[in-house]
This record gives sequence, C-alpha cells and structure tokens, in this order.
Amino acid sequence: MSGFPLFPEQASTIAGRVDALYFFLIAISAFFGLLIATLVVVFAVRYRRRSPDERPKAILGSVALELTWTLIPLGIVMVIFLWSAEIFFSMVRVPPGTMDVYVVGKRWMWKAQHMTGQREINELHVPVGVPVKITLASEDVIHSFFIPAFRVKRDAIPGRYQTMWFEATKPGRYHLFCAEYCGTKHSEMIGSIVAMEPAAFQAWLQGGTGEVSMAAAGERKFQELGCMTCHRGDTEGRGPNLQGLFGRPVTLAGGETVPADEGYIRESIVNPAAKIVAGYQPIMPAYQGLVTEEGLMHLVAYVQSLGGNAGAQGGAGALGPGGASAPDANAAGASPATPQARPSAQPVPDQPRQ
Amino acid sequence: MSEAAHHHPALAHHFENLGEQKEASSLGMWLFIAQEVMFFGGMFLAYTVYRNLYPAAFAEASHHLDWKLGGINTAVLILSSLTMALAVRAAALGNRKQIVLFLIATVVLGSIFLGVKVVEYGDKFEHHLVPGAHFQFPGPNARPAQIFYSLYFAMTGLHALHMIIGIPILLVLAWLAHRGRYTPAYHTPVEMTGLYWHFVDIVWIFLFPLLYLVGPH
Amino acid sequence: MTTTTSPLIPAAAPRQRTHYLNANYGVLSWLLTTDHKRIAILYLVTISAMFFLGGSFAVAIRLELVTPAGDLFQSETYNKLFTMHGIVMVFFFLIPSIPAVLGNFLIPLMIGARDLAFPKLNLASWYIFVFGALFSLYAIVNGGVDTGWTFYPPYSTSFSNTQVLAAGLGIFITGFSSILTGLNFIVTIHKMRAPGLTWFRLPLFVWAHYATSLIMVLGTPVIAVTILMVALERTLHLGIFDPALGGDPVLFQHLFWFYSHPAVYIMILPAMGVISEVVTCFSRKRIFGYEVIAASSMAIAIFGFLVWGHHLFPAGQSTYAGVVFSLLSYLVAIPSAIKVFNWTATMYKGSIKLDTPMLYAIGFLGLFTIGGLTGLFVAAVGVDIHVHDTYFVVAHFHYIMVGGAIMGYLGGLHFWWPKISGRLYPEMWARVAAVIVFVGFNLTFFPQFILGYLGMPRRYHAYTEEFQVLNVMSSAGASILGVGYLLPMFYFAWSMRYGAPAPANPWGATGLEWQTPSPPVTENFPVQPVVVDEAYEYAKGREVTVV
Repeated sequence: MSGFPLFPEQASTIAGRVDALYFFLIAISAFFGLLIATLVVVFAVRYRRRSPDERPKAILGSVALELTWTLIPLGIVMVIFLWSAEIFFSMVRVPPGTMDVYVVGKRWMWKAQHMTGQREINELHVPVGVPVKITLASEDVIHSFFIPAFRVKRDAIPGRYQTMWFEATKPGRYHLFCAEYCGTKHSEMIGSIVAMEPAAFQAWLQGGTGEVSMAAAGERKFQELGCMTCHRGDTEGRGPNLQGLFGRPVTLAGGETVPADEGYIRESIVNPAAKIVAGYQPIMPAYQGLVTEEGLMHLVAYVQSLGGNAGAQGGAGALGPGGASAPDANAAGASPATPQARPSAQPVPDQPRQ
Repeated sequence: MSEAAHHHPALAHHFENLGEQKEASSLGMWLFIAQEVMFFGGMFLAYTVYRNLYPAAFAEASHHLDWKLGGINTAVLILSSLTMALAVRAAALGNRKQIVLFLIATVVLGSIFLGVKVVEYGDKFEHHLVPGAHFQFPGPNARPAQIFYSLYFAMTGLHALHMIIGIPILLVLAWLAHRGRYTPAYHTPVEMTGLYWHFVDIVWIFLFPLLYLVGPH
Repeated sequence: MTTTTSPLIPAAAPRQRTHYLNANYGVLSWLLTTDHKRIAILYLVTISAMFFLGGSFAVAIRLELVTPAGDLFQSETYNKLFTMHGIVMVFFFLIPSIPAVLGNFLIPLMIGARDLAFPKLNLASWYIFVFGALFSLYAIVNGGVDTGWTFYPPYSTSFSNTQVLAAGLGIFITGFSSILTGLNFIVTIHKMRAPGLTWFRLPLFVWAHYATSLIMVLGTPVIAVTILMVALERTLHLGIFDPALGGDPVLFQHLFWFYSHPAVYIMILPAMGVISEVVTCFSRKRIFGYEVIAASSMAIAIFGFLVWGHHLFPAGQSTYAGVVFSLLSYLVAIPSAIKVFNWTATMYKGSIKLDTPMLYAIGFLGLFTIGGLTGLFVAAVGVDIHVHDTYFVVAHFHYIMVGGAIMGYLGGLHFWWPKISGRLYPEMWARVAAVIVFVGFNLTFFPQFILGYLGMPRRYHAYTEEFQVLNVMSSAGASILGVGYLLPMFYFAWSMRYGAPAPANPWGATGLEWQTPSPPVTENFPVQPVVVDEAYEYAKGREVTVV
C-alpha cells in the first residue's frame, strides 16, 4: 500500500529530533521485546516437560546476572532520559526574535490573532523558517493545542497563559487538533496550520481585512477601561509606569523579583492583589470577568508595545507555564501579611464591586 | 481444636490467642489512621498551595475567625484526649466505674466542641462568609478569601464529621463498659477508640493555627 | 504438629465432602458470610458483571470508530461511553479484581491461617463496593457521565451537565472498599503467618499483595478527598479548582494523579504475583531471584508514589518538575524490567508445561514487556509532548492493564479454579480462548501505537480520514478479543456442573493452599500447618502430586 505512513511529516525544526529519539526507542524496544520473546519461546520448547517425574535443579539466583540486567537497563534509560530532557529544554526555551501570535481556545474553536491584528479561526498562517511564539489561553475549560507534524503540544489552561514555540521548515497545510477533552465537540475542535514561504506569508498578512493591530486594539481598551487614571505615562501615577516595563524584572512588595512577561501582565489585570509592586498601594481593582481573554491579549500586546525587554523572554526557569502567573512558580518567601500589605487599608471609593 | 477450654469470649475463632488478636487490632487501627492522614492531607496540600499564592488574603480572611472560640475548642479537645486516655487507663486497671465516667466525660467535651462549632458556623452564615452565591467579603481580596473559607468549611467540616462518628462509638463503648465487657485482660476496643480519638484531636491541633492564627494579631 | 507433607487426598467428588461451598445453603448464608472464600466468590460475581458492563461500552466505542465520521452515536453519547468505560473498568473491575477475588481467597490459605484478620470488615468491604457500584450504575442509567474517567475541572466542576456527582460518589464509596481490603491484607500478612513461615518464605503472590495493599491504604484516600472537593465545588461553587474564582485546575491534576498513578501499580502488582506463582509451578522450579522479586515489588510500590507528574508534562507544571518526574519515571521502570528477566530465567532449564495458566503467563511476559517498553516512550518528556493525549498513550496503558493485568487475572483464575470450585475446567477450550485473547488483543491495540504517533488524539468521536485503516484493524481485533473473553465465562460455568472433580493439587504445585482439599473446608486447615520449606521447593518433590 503506497503511502501507509507510520509517522507524520517532519515539518518543524524539532520534529526530526523527536523522531530520532522515537526511532531509538523503537530499536531498544524491538531488541528487548524480541529478546524476551525469543528466550521464552526457546525455553518453552527446549525445556518442555518430557516425563512427569522430572525435577529440575533449583537455580536460586545470580548476583552477577541481577547486576547486569539492572545496570545495563539503567544505563540505557539514563541515556534516553538525558536525550529527551535535552529535546524538552529546546521545546521550552523560546528563542529570541520570534513572531508572536496569541491563541485562545474556546469551546469549540481556536481563535488566533497576529500582532498586526489579522484574526484567524481554526487556522493559523505562519512563515517558514521563522520561530513563532504562541501565547495560549482558554476562555472556558482546558484545551490543548496540538500540531502533530511539528511534534508540539501545549495545554490551554483557563486563568493563565501558557507559552509554546515552533519553527516550521516546510510549506504546507498541517493538522491542528485539540488534544484535551473539552466536551461535546472536542473532536471537531480541529483546524490547520498553514506554513508559507516568508514572502507569501507577508503577502497574506498584508491582504488582511483591515483590522487594527493588537497593540492598537489594546490601547483602545486601555482607554475604555480607564487604566490611564492610575497608569499615567510617568512615575507620578498611583499605579506603576508601564513604559518600558515589558520583559523587565519587577520587585514586589514582599521583596521578590518577577519578570513582567505576558502572564504577569495578564494576572495584574485580573487579580492585581496577587502581586503588589514595591512602593505602591494595593488599590487596583480586579478586572476578572470584566475583560475577555481576547481583550486581555490586546492589553498585553499594548503594554508590550510600550517598549521594554521584549526580546528576552525570561530566563529558563520562568517559561513554559506562562511565566509568573503559574501558581507553582516560586513564590517562596512570599511575605506573611505585613500591615502595609493588607489590602483593606485604603480602599478607593470608585472600586468596582466583585 | 486448640485451646477450646481457655477460650476467652472475645477471642475470634481465626486467632490463636488474645495477644495475636490485640496486635492485629492495633496494627489495623494504625493503618486506618495512616490513611486518614492521607485523606486530610489532600486538603492540607490545597491549603498550602493557596496560602502560598495569596498570603495577604488568607491573613485577612483568617482574622474574621474568632480565635478565642477556636482556642477554647482546642483546650476542650485536648482535655477530651486526656479523659480518653484516662478511660483507657481505667480499663487497664479494671475500674469499671471510671471507664464509664471518663468515656462520658469525653463525649461531653466532644459535644461542647461541636456546639461551639455550630455557634461559629452560624456566625459565619450571618456575616455572609459562607462560600457560594451569598458570599460577601470587603476589599479586593474577596476571591482568594472565598477559597480560604471554602477550605475552612471543608476541613473543619470533615473534622467535625469524624467527631460526629466518634461520639456514638464512645457511647456504645460506655454502655458495654457499664455491662462489664472490658477487663484488664481485654479492653482492646477502648484502646483502639482512644487511638482514633487522639488522631482526631491532633488533626484539630494542626487546623487551629493554620486557620485561626494566620498573620499577627 | 504437621509438616507440609500430607497424605494423598483422594479426588472425591466435591459434593460428597463438606467444604466451604456446601457448608451452608441459602442466600443469607452467602450474604452474611464472613468466610473469606465465600466473600471472594461474591466479589467474583460482582466484578465479572462490571467487566462485561465496561466491555460493552468498549464494544460500542470500537463500533463507532470503524468509520471516521461520528455516525453511530451522537457526540454526547460517545463522550459518555468512553467515560463510563474508563470508570467502570478502572474502579470497578481492575482495581478490585485480583486482590478482591484471588487475594481474598488465597492469602489466608497461603499463609496457613483460618481467615483474614478482620472477616466482618472483609464482608463490609464487599457491601461498600456494591453500594459504590450501585451509585455509579445510577449515574450510568440516569443520563451517564461525560467528563472522561479523569474528570478534569473546570469541565467537570462548572460545565458538564451530566451525573458527575453520582458517579463521583460511587467512586468515593468504592474507594473505602479498597482501603479496607488493603488494611485487612497488611494486618493478616504481618500477624497471622503459620509457624515457620518467615517473610522470605512467603509466596511471592503474598509479597505482591502486601505491596499493593500499601498503595491501596495510603493512596486511595487522596483521590477520595479530591473527589470530595470536586463534589463540594460542583454543588456549592466553592472555587478550589475553578480559575474564575481564583482556583487552580492544575492543582486538581496533581491531586488526582497522586493516587491514579500508584493505582496502576495496584492493578499490575497482583498480576505480577500471579505470574510468579504460575511460572514456578509450570517450570517446576524455584523462582530465580526470590529476594530480588520481593524487593522489586516493594520498590515499585514506593517509587510509584513519586512519578505522578508525568501525566502533566504539557499541562503547566514547571520545566524542572517535568524533568524530575521524567527521571523518576525511568527509575520506577527498572524493578519491573528486573522481574521480567527473573521470570524468564526461571524457565531456563526448567520443566515447562504449557497448560492454560502458563499460556497466560507467557502471554503476560510478552505483552507486559511491550507495555513496559512503551512506558519508556511516554516517560521521555520530549517525546511525550507529541504523544500525550493521543492513542499512543491509550495503547500503552491497555497493553499493561489488559495485556498485563487481565492476563494475570485470567491466568490466576484458571490456575486456582480447581481449588476454588473443586472442578477442572476443560483444558482444550481454555487454551483456545487464551490464544484467541492474545491474538485479538494485539490486533486491537498494536495499531493504536501507530495511530497515536501519527497524531490521532484520544477521546475523539470523529477522526480525520487518514486514520481509518488502523481504526478498522483495531476494531476487528476487538471483536476477536471479545470472543476470547466470553469463552471462559461459558466454560467456567459449565465446569461447575460438568467439570471433572479436582484433586487437592492438580498441578503439582508447592504452597499451603495446595495442601488442602479442593474446595477447602470452611476453616481451611483442620490442623495448624507448620512450614519447614523455602518457597517453591520443587526440587525436593514433597508437594502432593496427583496426575
């Protein structure tokens, strides 16, 4: 049967590396599987019971054999472990110079938006040869953004951002699947990644529907929600200055430092009390429920556009689960409540209700 | 058949002697307590995660709990562990009246504990601190405060359930003790219930500071 | 004082003697029994029913997946089918199976005791199991559950409109059955061994159940409290896991898998215990590396608690946590590999007889090896990112749970059937069934590895065209597998009436359980046995051989 594939196309820079380890694993499995199968069959035949009174001699064990078949497999799995950890680190460390895309999973579709404002539903156009960073969110339940041909996958978890990246190597149309069960139409939450040569991609991007860029949409939202009341473009405001903030480290009231990445910005909008910047009062109202995930992405894109350290996507450890907003991020040393951190100290009269 | 002539009425047929039976009961109860630790442990883990995430909110929410009532309850429960231990001792010494007395005292103290909890829960209800549709908490920390109260009710509720199960058991023990069932040679059920009761007490000793004493007062 | 030598016990027809099956008659004598052997039979009946229920869901799933379009069932229905297949098979079949049936029946016999340490608690465990099953049956019949057996929030807490609460309660209640059984086993093994039966003379079946019981006692409460929190959240909108209220859905995953990963060792360790018994008997040889196998069982139980994060590789735990869990997952694989080598070595220079139990054991060796090796794939964090939540994982765990655990269960049922029922099952039919199961199983699940790597996600009602050929192969295999599973049901029932009466020791095996008549009397041993031999002392030829 022609074209009976046993693995998907390799269409990203990481795919070949994943497949190489996969083939190594197949080889190891084939070897040990055949070894055991052969031994068992050979023993069953060669030592079959020939008379009912046969009493084979007991062989209690052999320390040498035990050590051999413990240490050799241990060595092999350590090789596999290190190899796969290396691949994983590559998957998790977002390289500099990415083209950024924001994706929201929502039952049951994928909504993507490019920084230029171009929106896509269940499709994502990307250029070949350029690393693409996806900031992934969910409006409702857990979804998972899975591109088999690229060998990448990341869960979209409501309440936080997740980050993934890939670099397509071949133009083409590749499957996009939701890989975390999300209800009735989970198997219909599928689409395509369309990889194009860079020139063709630029042409596609320009032929857009005249959407404003994400940053512009974010600026509009910023004004709509009255953010500049406190976040003025200087240091005199009641809220921290957002100019040049993005990507830079921020010192919090408790003394720790976190990077101001996408996850931090998002969390600061929906749950500002979680991280109070040193020297500021905890008076910012929480916008949870007042802004959609898309609105949040526009705001994040706007803050990103105000400059900062956009290229340095955080150190190795802050990545993967959307950076600072991950609950398991090391908030160790979080201060016990000190009097000035108690939020009820100075409520602002115009705070919206929860 | 072995030892039929010396068969203690409490000896089950599948054990060789009372000693073996008692060791089995004891190991069984310790295993049960181990799994109870894991059971409560899940909630303690959730508590740890969220307190770590929202330290200020947890402190603020904790201040709305009445630590004096909680303190009284702690003392009551520790005292009930004392009376329980004295009941076990009375059984070991063969003092029937004292077993009953101390078991009843434990029941009374346990009931006081539950009564105080009813008062506290009622108070929370009045102040709209019960999580759900009617939850109201002043200030920007309302969301994590609701998590605090969810854990407060879940953990103290589960603890109270363990006491509600324990009290009738104690009453049954008191009745059987009154009927002379427990002697120095055999009083395993009293000891095992004692282990259970001490465990319930220890869980509270962890709950009290974690829930009532967050942040300076 | 007696030794393990007994006079040759005549193979009298079971109904001429009094034994545990005919000691009392009447429904109440069964429903109120405290005899561990009768309780084992009660479990056998109930979990067989649950197996066929879960299996019928599987049939429906494989029928739907013959075509790419979702044309046999509506999506809502399909989602309920795979959810209920998982719940019933995991919680109501696999976890109880070997411990509740074979463990209950055999552990007192194997250690020379008259019963388990807490017989009434044993009966209570069965009632709790049935009560939990009834709750889940209620959920199934009243609209079903559609969250997946893993019921991740926020879908399960805030979005699903199905019987999440009832199903969750059913699992919560049944969990206590598991805990109490484990507690019973641990105390029994510690305190009630016959004189002379030291720890290192115990049958490895007992060691396996000891390790399993540790997991049952310490792990199950965690899922119980997790389900409790989900139930509270669902009914009272508490917000422990709901992100809209500040909760963390990934916290649920950590709590859930903290139990559910060790749960898979609850499912496989007893099967490994069965294999140890069967391989020694049908090689007629002491097991190779007894202490190593015993230690490996304990190592698996302990390490099994440390690897849960490998279910969360794409989910948003920190990078370093992912790497650590990957490393630990490799470490837990090593003891299983050691066991496979030891069992194979036991066959070397043995005297092999390929009766049905041995066919299942050999099948286990092959299928568990493949399942275990594919575990290396999913433990490789860099590869798992690709195969996570695809059919690759489905194939991996079915190789272990079906190719491993169920083969162990069936092999054990056949091995001890003469002891349990007093009858011999028809050997030819049993061998045919074993081969059908092996062939059908591989045809069903091997294509799924390929499907998964190609990218077919799991829990998909409809799939893209290119996956059809492999799905058809898998469904064809499933039909064969179904036949293989139905056959034993028929011939075991047949044997109860028409099977040849079984002697005390039809296989010529060592072990105290074979020193009693088939079936045993209610109190197991009229006289307390005393053990003088090491485990599996086949060379000395002291076991009673009748054949």
